[in-house]
Amino acid sequence: MKVTVEMVVNGEEVAELIEPRMTLADFLRDRLRLTGTHVGCEMGVCGACLVMLDGKPVHGCLVLAVQAAGATVQTIEGLSESGAIADLQAAFHDRNALQCGYCTPGMMMTAHRLLQEQPRPDRTEIRTALSGNYCRCTGYEAIVDAIAATADARAASRAAGGAE
Amino acid sequence: MKPPAFGYRLAESIPQALETYAELDGEAVWLAGGHSIVPALALRLQAPGVLIDISRLPELAGIALTGDGLRIGATTTHAEILSHPLVRAHAPMLAEAAQFVAHPAIRNRATFGGNLALADPASEFPAVARCLGAVFDIVGLEGAREVAAEDFFLDLFTTAIAPGEILRSILIPPQPAGALMRFDELARRHGDFAMVGAAVRLNPDGGLIADARIYFHSVGPMPMRARAAEAALAGRPLSPATIQAARQALPQDLDPADDASLPGATRLHLAGVLLGRILTHLVPRITENAA
Repeated sequence: MKVTVEMVVNGEEVAELIEPRMTLADFLRDRLRLTGTHVGCEMGVCGACLVMLDGKPVHGCLVLAVQAAGATVQTIEGLSESGAIADLQAAFHDRNALQCGYCTPGMMMTAHRLLQEQPRPDRTEIRTALSGNYCRCTGYEAIVDAIAATADARAASRAAGGAE
Repeated sequence: MKPPAFGYRLAESIPQALETYAELDGEAVWLAGGHSIVPALALRLQAPGVLIDISRLPELAGIALTGDGLRIGATTTHAEILSHPLVRAHAPMLAEAAQFVAHPAIRNRATFGGNLALADPASEFPAVARCLGAVFDIVGLEGAREVAAEDFFLDLFTTAIAPGEILRSILIPPQPAGALMRFDELARRHGDFAMVGAAVRLNPDGGLIADARIYFHSVGPMPMRARAAEAALAGRPLSPATIQAARQALPQDLDPADDASLPGATRLHLAGVLLGRILTHLVPRITENAA
């Protein structure tokens, strides 16, 4: 059995004929060649496959592509090219908050959403938000630093903007 | 791993979904948020012929305050339970528990009804649902029926929902005026499955506890009521001696088995620690209540 699914991915309408068992993560990677979405545990634990589904992070491995029909999806490629997380990416680079980089796209999704919902999170809130994102290289400290630094820089920028 | 191949039907209405399930004669499994069934498929623990997608049925969605209480649609996400103003106002213990359920991205997609229908003994919501006296609204080909929380959870991963029935909504009845409620749990890391968790509701009468409801999760095959601990509290002030008595009664209520992660005796000890913390937390509130 195959079904046609249509959705908007990174602003572009796409339509593909797929098997119902194909997960959204595999759909993005194998059909659309958007390989920035990484597949780790394939059981909703590691957080490497997070994508934005209608604006909220979800596990690409736990959502069947057929269930995303009609939805708007944003992957790390779309988020990166939009420039919305350029400062966050630069902060990760500056703080060496990645080593192999496998977890980083998922970290970006979580951090982006956290800073949208809670612009000035403390370190505990950052750690709690990241509790579903596994990093096996860096030990999280640098990742928390990078997110905290981005929050501080954005707050400073807002304060400067407000003073003008 | 990748799931085995299966068919897919998008349900357009509850009657059509129920008929499709019946026609498929044991081959079908319901699909809503997918956060239990999809990993089970990926691990090849289940291999249904067809998934019937009920996630888009409007009758299963939404949260509304009715004359009977707070009605929560089965496809309400954990994130909505956590943040919805009606849940915070009328079933705050559910919102309190939701922050412990998994991680933010899981909560954006996993459903309240799916969690309760799965009846994972390590999960928070079943214990809270029993503590709050939830009523389960279940529909099948023969019509709708209501099942009280006390009769809903039957055993490990087993509920009163019969094959082919759909959990449509969950009613949280109004809680007694002045009731003191608290959910807490002990986990190694935030969002991990808890070593033990507990939902407690105390009805104060002056400075005394008129009655108590105490339900634990992760210490038995389903959410476990601690009747001996409740009896140790009833009619008494919430003093350190009473709290100690309630803790000491727990071995009469709970007998957690040894498993790969913890010895049963450790889990029982942690249940006592947790109950002590929750009751101690409620002491100032019962004092305010008496004043």
